Amino acid sequence: MALPARWAKKIEASDPADEIMELQMGPSHPASHGTIKFNLKLDGERIMDCDVEIGYLHRAFEKMTEQGTWTQAIPYTDRLNYASPCINNVAFALAVEKLCGIEVPDRCKYVRTIMSEVSRITDHLTCLGMASGEVGAQTVMFYMLEARELLYDLVEAVTGARLTVSWCRVGGITRDLPDDFGERIKVAFRNLDAVLEDCDKLLTRNRVFIDRMNGIGAISREDAISYGLTGPLLRATGVAYDVRKADPYLVYDRMDFDVPTGEQGDNYDRFNVRFQEMYQSKRIIEQAMRQIPPGPVCIDDYRYILPPKERVYNSIEGLMNHFKIIMEGIKVPAGETYHAVEGANGELGFYVVSDGSGRPYRVRVRPPCFFGMAALNKMLIGRMIADIITTFGMINMIGGECDR
Amino acid sequence: MLIDTLKQRFTAELIAAESSLGDQVITVSREAAPGVLRALRDEPDFDFNVLIDLTAVDWLGREPRFEVVYQLKSLARNHRLRVKVPVPGDDAWVASAVELWNSADWLERECYDMFGIDFRGHPDLRRILLYDSFVGHPLRKDYPVDRRQPIVEEVDPVATPRPPSR
Repeated sequence: MALPARWAKKIEASDPADEIMELQMGPSHPASHGTIKFNLKLDGERIMDCDVEIGYLHRAFEKMTEQGTWTQAIPYTDRLNYASPCINNVAFALAVEKLCGIEVPDRCKYVRTIMSEVSRITDHLTCLGMASGEVGAQTVMFYMLEARELLYDLVEAVTGARLTVSWCRVGGITRDLPDDFGERIKVAFRNLDAVLEDCDKLLTRNRVFIDRMNGIGAISREDAISYGLTGPLLRATGVAYDVRKADPYLVYDRMDFDVPTGEQGDNYDRFNVRFQEMYQSKRIIEQAMRQIPPGPVCIDDYRYILPPKERVYNSIEGLMNHFKIIMEGIKVPAGETYHAVEGANGELGFYVVSDGSGRPYRVRVRPPCFFGMAALNKMLIGRMIADIITTFGMINMIGGECDR
Repeated sequence: MLIDTLKQRFTAELIAAESSLGDQVITVSREAAPGVLRALRDEPDFDFNVLIDLTAVDWLGREPRFEVVYQLKSLARNHRLRVKVPVPGDDAWVASAVELWNSADWLERECYDMFGIDFRGHPDLRRILLYDSFVGHPLRKDYPVDRRQPIVEEVDPVATPRPPSR
């Protein structure tokens, strides 16, 4: 279509059509939940290049773990993925236990499984709620955050904290489930069901939502594998890789659950995979609550586990035992190992190296969303600025984990 | 067993191969590493299509000082392998694996950032978690945890874009 003469003249004068605009989006942008900068090269609204800058939340996690004892590293792990801290706790404890050759009691495994799955639901609720809010579905966001509160109440009932749980120990857990946990779960799930049903109705077939999500941020299966994507991002491309099925840990091999997958690897599939996973997590929790045996939740080995307070205060051996564990730390045998669990965003692995002293020699965490952020450039080139928001939302970058 | 197949296939290249705590671990020299990694990715017996993680360990006081550690995963065969490449401290480089796996791009940048190991052939090796004017590589064991960094001049990112790699 020919332009009116007066416009054509103006365009000719500055020729903005050929101009590539450089735009710094972030690091503190209201529509991106997370401190991150996109250095964009734009042709109009189309993204020609996107250099993703991370690291704004770097807190030297790996350096700090080398400064204290193995147990003192546990509070740092809470602060990695703060949307699902229990999973981080469990992953770190499992890695160190693998190095020590510890097999925790059955009840402990069940409790860890239950709390991991509760955390997975809170993580998905955070991701989906925030991502919905960013595309304008504020109602869904508040519904989901409300449902998350109910689950945080469960976390609080078990660990004593909503977010900074520090609840696992090498060789066990600090607190068992409270007696009324079954009842609490029933109440929370009843409300969660209602919320999920509402959100499903509000979003899954919502034209505005589908237009913003369908076909956006897609990545092919080959690229997803090459970029090391795991979790919902990989499963959205149709690869049914889930650490809980591929390398079962805790009691996942005793559970009956499905691994939801997508086809196109776009934001809509990612949304659906996460949404369906919440139902699967519910199934796992319900089965685990039926199967959970009575018994201790910690191993009976005072090289690793603090003695009960009666022994500490009433016997010199107990006091010395307590003192040695607190001051010198547990003695993890020299060696190295890698242990992976299925975090809410994908494979969460800990590579731990011990030199036999009471302190970690090296702790490396494999943060799942780091890989999603690396692939973001691939997902965004050729797309519009507005697609950054939905794609970034569906990667669910957690600053504490990505930047460590 | 995977480890036996590896020993037969890479008789000349392997410095060590062991199975410890259920993990399969091999050690190769940095000269042999690119060929071994390519074979591990491409040959159907191994089929390691995912580079799950890449990091380094600083064994200060031991020679060779660094160990670059690759965690590989095969989705089809569902097995894992850890490949360790020893690297001397005074001449710390290994060949980049970006050609083999895209995930190596950011992982190698992070390893360079934290340990100062040069990944030769990396297209864009610059710091990733820290800022460009950071002095030193903090995960080295001789980097004191309480070291202060010099105060950095404020930079206008539009007027002076980030310097190209190195």
